[in-house]
Amino acid sequence: MPLTIEDVATRLSTQLNISLSLEPNSPAPLIIIPADLLRDASKFLRDDDALRFESLNCITGVERAGAYEIVITLYSATIPLMLNLKVKATGEDPAIPSVTDIWPAADWHEREVFDMFGIRFEGHYDHRRILCADDWEGFPLRKDYQPPLFFHNIPVTVNVPGGLQIPLTRIAK
Amino acid sequence: MTFSTAMTSLILKSSFAIGVVTFVSLFVLLAIWLERKVAGHMQDRLGPMETGGWHGWSQTIADAIKLLIKEDIIPDAADKPLFKLAPYIVFAGTMASFAVIPFAAMLIGADLNIGVYYLVAVSSLVVIGILMAGWSSNNKWALYGSMRSAAQMVSYEIPIGLSLLVPIMLAGSLSMGDLVGLQEGGMHHWTIFSHLPFALIAFVIYFWASLAETNRTPFDLPEAESELVAGYHVEYSGMRFAMFFLAEYCNMFVVAAVATALFLGGWYAPIPFLDGPDVGANSSMLTQILSNGIGFFWFTFKATMLVLVQMWLRWTLPRLRVDQLMHICWKVFLPFSFVNVLLVSLWIALRK
Amino acid sequence: MTTRDVDLPVGLTPEKWYEAVDAIESVHGEKMVLQMGPQHPATHGVLRLELETDGELIVKATPHIGYLHRCFEKVCENMTWPQVVPYTDRLDYCGSMNNNLGYVLGAEKLFSIEVSERVQTIRVLVCEMNRIASHLVAVGTYGLDIGAWTPFLFLFQAREHILDLFDELCGGRLLYNYIWIGGLSHDLPDGWLKKVRKFIPYFEPRIPELNSLLSYNKIFVERLANVAVIPADLAIRYGVTGPNLRGAGVAWDLRKAEPYSGYETYEFEIPVGRGEVGTVGDCFDRYIVRVNEMVQSIRIIEQALDRLEKMEKDDVQAAIPKTFAKVPIGELYFRTEATKGELGFYIISDGKQKPNRLKCRAPSFCALSVIPEVSPGLLIADMVALIGSLDVVLGEVDR
Repeated sequence: MPLTIEDVATRLSTQLNISLSLEPNSPAPLIIIPADLLRDASKFLRDDDALRFESLNCITGVERAGAYEIVITLYSATIPLMLNLKVKATGEDPAIPSVTDIWPAADWHEREVFDMFGIRFEGHYDHRRILCADDWEGFPLRKDYQPPLFFHNIPVTVNVPGGLQIPLTRIAK
Repeated sequence: MTFSTAMTSLILKSSFAIGVVTFVSLFVLLAIWLERKVAGHMQDRLGPMETGGWHGWSQTIADAIKLLIKEDIIPDAADKPLFKLAPYIVFAGTMASFAVIPFAAMLIGADLNIGVYYLVAVSSLVVIGILMAGWSSNNKWALYGSMRSAAQMVSYEIPIGLSLLVPIMLAGSLSMGDLVGLQEGGMHHWTIFSHLPFALIAFVIYFWASLAETNRTPFDLPEAESELVAGYHVEYSGMRFAMFFLAEYCNMFVVAAVATALFLGGWYAPIPFLDGPDVGANSSMLTQILSNGIGFFWFTFKATMLVLVQMWLRWTLPRLRVDQLMHICWKVFLPFSFVNVLLVSLWIALRK
Repeated sequence: MTTRDVDLPVGLTPEKWYEAVDAIESVHGEKMVLQMGPQHPATHGVLRLELETDGELIVKATPHIGYLHRCFEKVCENMTWPQVVPYTDRLDYCGSMNNNLGYVLGAEKLFSIEVSERVQTIRVLVCEMNRIASHLVAVGTYGLDIGAWTPFLFLFQAREHILDLFDELCGGRLLYNYIWIGGLSHDLPDGWLKKVRKFIPYFEPRIPELNSLLSYNKIFVERLANVAVIPADLAIRYGVTGPNLRGAGVAWDLRKAEPYSGYETYEFEIPVGRGEVGTVGDCFDRYIVRVNEMVQSIRIIEQALDRLEKMEKDDVQAAIPKTFAKVPIGELYFRTEATKGELGFYIISDGKQKPNRLKCRAPSFCALSVIPEVSPGLLIADMVALIGSLDVVLGEVDR
């Protein structure tokens, strides 16, 4: 009988000695982990012989009602099971500990989340933007993001009602 | 020598030079068109079909005109005098080789007694031009291309020289006229077949090494499209680029012509029956023209066939890596050609 | 032993020798930074690699991406659920059908939509055809990277057949927008299956032809064997998937491991790298896996054709919801085996007409992140071989 997400959650909560909550109401349940315990939980998930979540598939940044969170998608070929960890970041300057040294695959995913949401990853060895230009301002995937009109004197976009974006050059005249 | 004979000789020489330049330009036009057609047909497509009507025969002419009227761009950071000079050096080095190419018995620009030596020396000039081009462009890719090219051409000149030594030793002369003259009388008198297997080995080594010398696939590292973008001529445009292009195709013909002259019987037909009429001291003008014309035909025919083989290889093979290229040169071609030269000298000594 | 402690030749004082060594080492220590890209023929798009080189040797490589960034994820937040599909086309523009399928299956799972068996079979058929087309590009351009022009054009001819078939199917040659949430955009045109049938005997001899022309060419093998080895553990740690992971000898294919669209009912094998000419996980293994995968895709296509020919025609749009104004709330990560590897979509729905968040996990993105790890010690020519063997598509990396 392969382990289920509930089993993993139970093991994890015994290991970390806290009570973990599962987020229901979703086709794939998530385990919500406090940010300060993320690294301990990650190491346990990766190294425990019964679990061996060795591959990190994806890190998704999410903004919900002004609060930021990330979802780390892990996969264990041993069980086999796919697991989503949700980590919530709080405050004006959201920050989450980096797991790059645990899963090298997290490197670029974390950089992307930082680039798009401005969530800092503490302890990341190469904490730079990845997709946007290094001197780009703002974090595009935030819900309140306003794209600049110009970037180095190059017209970018304007927002018109309805959420459409039109190149500035076309409506400049 | 009287003034009038000197004038006649000068006029003859210069008209020959003009003739060679015309021939070379026409050959390059043809070769580039041929390359496109060969590539096209090898790749199951047609190649140029539109320009000029019949199978796009004037495509190269149109391209040449386009290159002529294009803007000549010189990068700001380039070393301008060197940048401007480089294509001419490359071109001059290649064109100078034609002086000793024996198109026919009487169609040799200058039948020097050190013909082959001159040829090897003059073709080394190309390396300087390429290094100049790469360095003066002030572009890292161009620099890589020229460094690769210099390393490659300098290395491959050794196996080339050694394999050319074989027919020279067999003929006992460095003069192109003598070297070809000895191969008269049908295919089995050609150096490549008359001195098996030494001359055959020398020919094969020469041919492969000459591919490296002309920067053709599989040795086209200096201009490796997918690695170095275009190598040493990446910053060149317009007519200066065309000069490099012209030089490359001239070079292809030169190496093929040398192989023809030294190994493949030069201007002689495969069967003596197909040769032109014999030319004596008192032959008529017509006989001379006919004989040399037929010789010229056979020579260009053989050389063009070799050029076709070069094209065939280019569109078939992938490219080697730098270390493999050097490995082949120093560890395969060089020992083989050395042993070959030794064996030939031994054989010559024994034969006497 | 270093250059310093050697037996000095007669007449050379140690001071003089050290001076010479210092001079050599100071020159040797100078690194040249070479910007490979964004405009470079071997980077398959607009990738920039910052190479620190020592001669032709690469000391360090840093990829810089984002030149094609168009914020796909932000665009999707402003689109209704079905409107997202054409945008997924543009991710990996060589394998658009597979991208469509990845997103659509994720959305269908989230909204609990069931499609008919015929629709599933058509989806499998077009996806496998698209996989062949994508691998043809990968293999062909790889030959081009190594310097062989001719195979590229031969393969593109075969690809042209597939594109023509797709053109007839949905009007698009590269970007299809064919697989919709709950169905397909068009039913199969009359006689289309027969044309696909005809394509198989045309295509099958192309593989041995390719193998003799390119794959086992001596120079080609020499260029790829033992170059840029990505061992299995490194590949897994860096999240490398698809043919690149299989090239490392791991028989991992989501079509087998987590079957979707009825893949569990098809017979096919997972080709893996066996280190035929060098080490397991070298460039050649990654290359030959793609070639062998095309053969397997042909098998799947044949089976799908057999089934489709027997099936009754039905309405391929029957399961498409009338409206997306109110959809179930939830979030999930759904992954499929796209042409380049694991294509995952993290979809969050808050019940509205538009997705709250749509994250795309692109296989090429992860494959590219392994470059800094593998590249030190390669030659520049090997770097070209490495990028080509990873088969990255920058439309998907930058999104």
